[in-house]
Amino acid sequence: MTVKVSMKVNGKAVTGEVEERTLLVNFIRENLRLTGTHVGCDTAQCGACTIHMNGRAVKSCNILVMQAEGADIATIEGLAAADGTLHPMQEAFREHHGLQCGFCTPGMVMSAIDLVKTHPNPSEETIREQLDGNLCRCTGYHNIVKAIKAASAKVPA
Amino acid sequence: MGAMNYIGQAVKRKEDHRFLTGNGQYTDDISLDRMTYAVFVRSPHAHAAIKGIDASKALAAPGVVGVLTGADLERNKIAGLPCGWLITDVNGQPMKEPAHPCLAIGKARYVGDHVAVVIAETWQQAKDAAELVEVDYEVLPAVVEAVDALKPGAPALHDIAPDNKCYTWAIGDKGAVDKAFAQAAKVSTLDIVNNRLIPNAIEPRAATAVYNRSSEEYTLYVASQNPHVERLLMTAFVMGLPEHKVRVVAPDVGGGFGSKIYLYAEDVVVTFAAKQFNRPVKWTAERSESFQSDAHGRDHATKAELAMDKDGNFLALRVHTVANMGAYLSTFASCIPTILYATLLAGQYKTPAIHCEVTAAFTNTAPVDAYRGAGRPEATYVVERIVETAARDMKMDPAEIRRKNFITTFPYQTPVALLYDIGDYDATLTEAQKMADVKGYAARKADSAKRGKLRGLGYACYIEACGIAPSAVAGALGARAGLFEAGEVRVHPTGKVTVFTGSHSHGQGHETTFAQVVAARLGIAIEDVDIQHGDTGKVLFGMGTYGSRSLAVGGTAIVKALDKVIAKGKKIAAHLMEAAETDVEFADGAFKVAGTDKSIPFAQVALTAYVPHNYPHDKLEPGLNENAFYDPQNFTFPAGSYVCEVEVDPETGITTIESFTAVDDFGNIVNPMIVEGQVHGGLTQGIGQALTEGCRYDPETGQLVTGSMMDYALPRADDVPSYKIGTKVTACTHNPLGVKGCGEAGAIGAPAALMNAITDALGVRDLPMPATPQTVWRAIHKKS
Repeated sequence: MTVKVSMKVNGKAVTGEVEERTLLVNFIRENLRLTGTHVGCDTAQCGACTIHMNGRAVKSCNILVMQAEGADIATIEGLAAADGTLHPMQEAFREHHGLQCGFCTPGMVMSAIDLVKTHPNPSEETIREQLDGNLCRCTGYHNIVKAIKAASAKVPA
Repeated sequence: MGAMNYIGQAVKRKEDHRFLTGNGQYTDDISLDRMTYAVFVRSPHAHAAIKGIDASKALAAPGVVGVLTGADLERNKIAGLPCGWLITDVNGQPMKEPAHPCLAIGKARYVGDHVAVVIAETWQQAKDAAELVEVDYEVLPAVVEAVDALKPGAPALHDIAPDNKCYTWAIGDKGAVDKAFAQAAKVSTLDIVNNRLIPNAIEPRAATAVYNRSSEEYTLYVASQNPHVERLLMTAFVMGLPEHKVRVVAPDVGGGFGSKIYLYAEDVVVTFAAKQFNRPVKWTAERSESFQSDAHGRDHATKAELAMDKDGNFLALRVHTVANMGAYLSTFASCIPTILYATLLAGQYKTPAIHCEVTAAFTNTAPVDAYRGAGRPEATYVVERIVETAARDMKMDPAEIRRKNFITTFPYQTPVALLYDIGDYDATLTEAQKMADVKGYAARKADSAKRGKLRGLGYACYIEACGIAPSAVAGALGARAGLFEAGEVRVHPTGKVTVFTGSHSHGQGHETTFAQVVAARLGIAIEDVDIQHGDTGKVLFGMGTYGSRSLAVGGTAIVKALDKVIAKGKKIAAHLMEAAETDVEFADGAFKVAGTDKSIPFAQVALTAYVPHNYPHDKLEPGLNENAFYDPQNFTFPAGSYVCEVEVDPETGITTIESFTAVDDFGNIVNPMIVEGQVHGGLTQGIGQALTEGCRYDPETGQLVTGSMMDYALPRADDVPSYKIGTKVTACTHNPLGVKGCGEAGAIGAPAALMNAITDALGVRDLPMPATPQTVWRAIHKKS
């Protein structure tokens, strides 16, 4: 069975016809070809697939695309300004070397933006606790924590 | 910008923009016209005879393009996967090398072993149809621990190794060691297990192959750390394909840590299937497949004995290790617990006699191969745990017993084959003690005690051999390949430069570090340098990235190519300036005539090389493009001192890392920001091994118990601290950059420092890794 879905992704209206069991992340990657959102574990453990749905960070491998019907979705591709200027969180990751292989990075950045929104001016301890849904195997988190701390002063709540 | 200003600078990474904006291109991001999807049927049993495979239902399922089994590959003369390193047994016989078929023939030997592949129009259709492949298994008894596999009567995996023994290998002077033990005032002994780890790069392995019937060329996109070696092994040893008609592309790769060095069955199968079915074929691992079938790491059981005189001077080290190879030999499996392990057992110490014997066994588990550090973490763990134990036995300060035994004169020939070129071990230890405020430790311990907590402090002074490897040395030790690196510098007419390297970056930042080296040498802007890697269609050759070799070996190849570019440029410049070639110097991006104000910028020489209207055609060819191969003279020897301080809550068994200090000597540093990042990541993997990570197979059934991220605990942000990082520099003496390598150090040194700290806190001799709260709690309560 296929179903029609429609939603807003990075400010644009999109539609698609998909199998009912299709996950949101597959719709984003395969149908929309927005491959910045990654699949790392299939089980909502690693957070590489984190996107924003109606303003909240959500692991897109763990919900069906049908559940996102009518939703407002933001992915990593939608963060930078039209002129290429990076979002303050992206810029902080670059400035503080908060990424190495880049695979967990889109999910990290999307989570981090939600983190500073829900926990303004977070302590290192809060950042580490709140980041616990995103795995990074390269950076040891040290510079990710630094980047989020630095960005928290700049990201509008 | 002045010529050398890039070296030693924390230049922000060139690769970051694409990764931060979602524009990285990993293997699974590549989508090809008419692409099909492969799903593997894997053995649910650890050990089973395959009586038959019925694929008829799967073949009839919607969207299925085809099903392949081991028989299909055998019929098409697809050989098994080769092992790249021959180890010779103590009795002079070659190691046992059982066939390693890409799809099982006759038997499945571990949970996750490849039995068949289903290829379909969509991934879901392939996944559904894979469930319909009926495999008639006769379940056989399984064995998962190497020590058990070597016992008489253990289930045998391979006919050619009925005792499950791959080899017994030894290094060192046994007679000298026995003699030293006989004269020792004190012997410390320890039984040590180095726990099995599952690498878990966050990007799962993936491979997509396409065959072009017009050009008769294959292209394989694969998440690999070394595409050229992958191509060589696949074409020459497995598939019998013409190497020049196969292009292997390793695009952006999301972490490797060793697990993406190897040629895997899936890579071969999709490449074969792409021609067979005349469709591009994509396979991307699900995480559970990563757990089951990526090569695992470590898994040693060791008895270590250290002989000392009455003053704590080390006299001899005796080591017996049993290493688990898994069910088959992976690409470099055989050299990890031998060449890359036992040769490091001298550590930083002048122990005059060392003997190590290693027995490697086959078990019904995933193949074991190099994982970040590869043999060197295991060696460091043995040395630094036994040294710490010796200090406790001798009632000596653990830092002082180390200092007393440090090697202080270089070059130093160890009793286990290696020749250390340079180092200053006291410098890193002293700096680490200062940064860790060891002087204030007693007060902190007293404060912890007041709060009912146990505090401990542990050291690890590691050494590693990187920059693998002098090919002649590696060859003499059994390597079946050279271990040089290749680089090409292509100067364009405008003076912009593209550099092709055989190293591969999967997070290490080569696009930046290598560009810094090139820009500094040529005196041009870093924006004018582009580093290309990971494509056999672009890069002339490469041995890939592992063993912290990229800058020391790959970077040196680039430097040698740059030297040739500059040498040719001098000839062109001499012609243009009507000067003698010997009078032309190159500095700060310009060719100058010594002692005059005559000068020509690099870009003008480049343009002349491609628009050779006024050119020394009688002496030179046009163009400015040079390549070089570099084979190192020796290994490099990064070393460092780590100090870890923990607090343990005896009520819960929870260990908190209060501080972790790492002071490393990586030789000269090109980009300190990237180097520190490598250390942070390595430390976290090392802490993961010691505190949270441990692969478990059920000893009866051979089922993988830790088969997901729910069961296998990768360290998360709140499991680790922020680190204190320092460096000391003794420049490598035998490469022009003076660099040693930094990628693995943290993973090598961290486990011993942490376990030394925890055992210190608890007052116990040993504790198994990972020191989970349960393990720690049990140790505390057993003691009391």
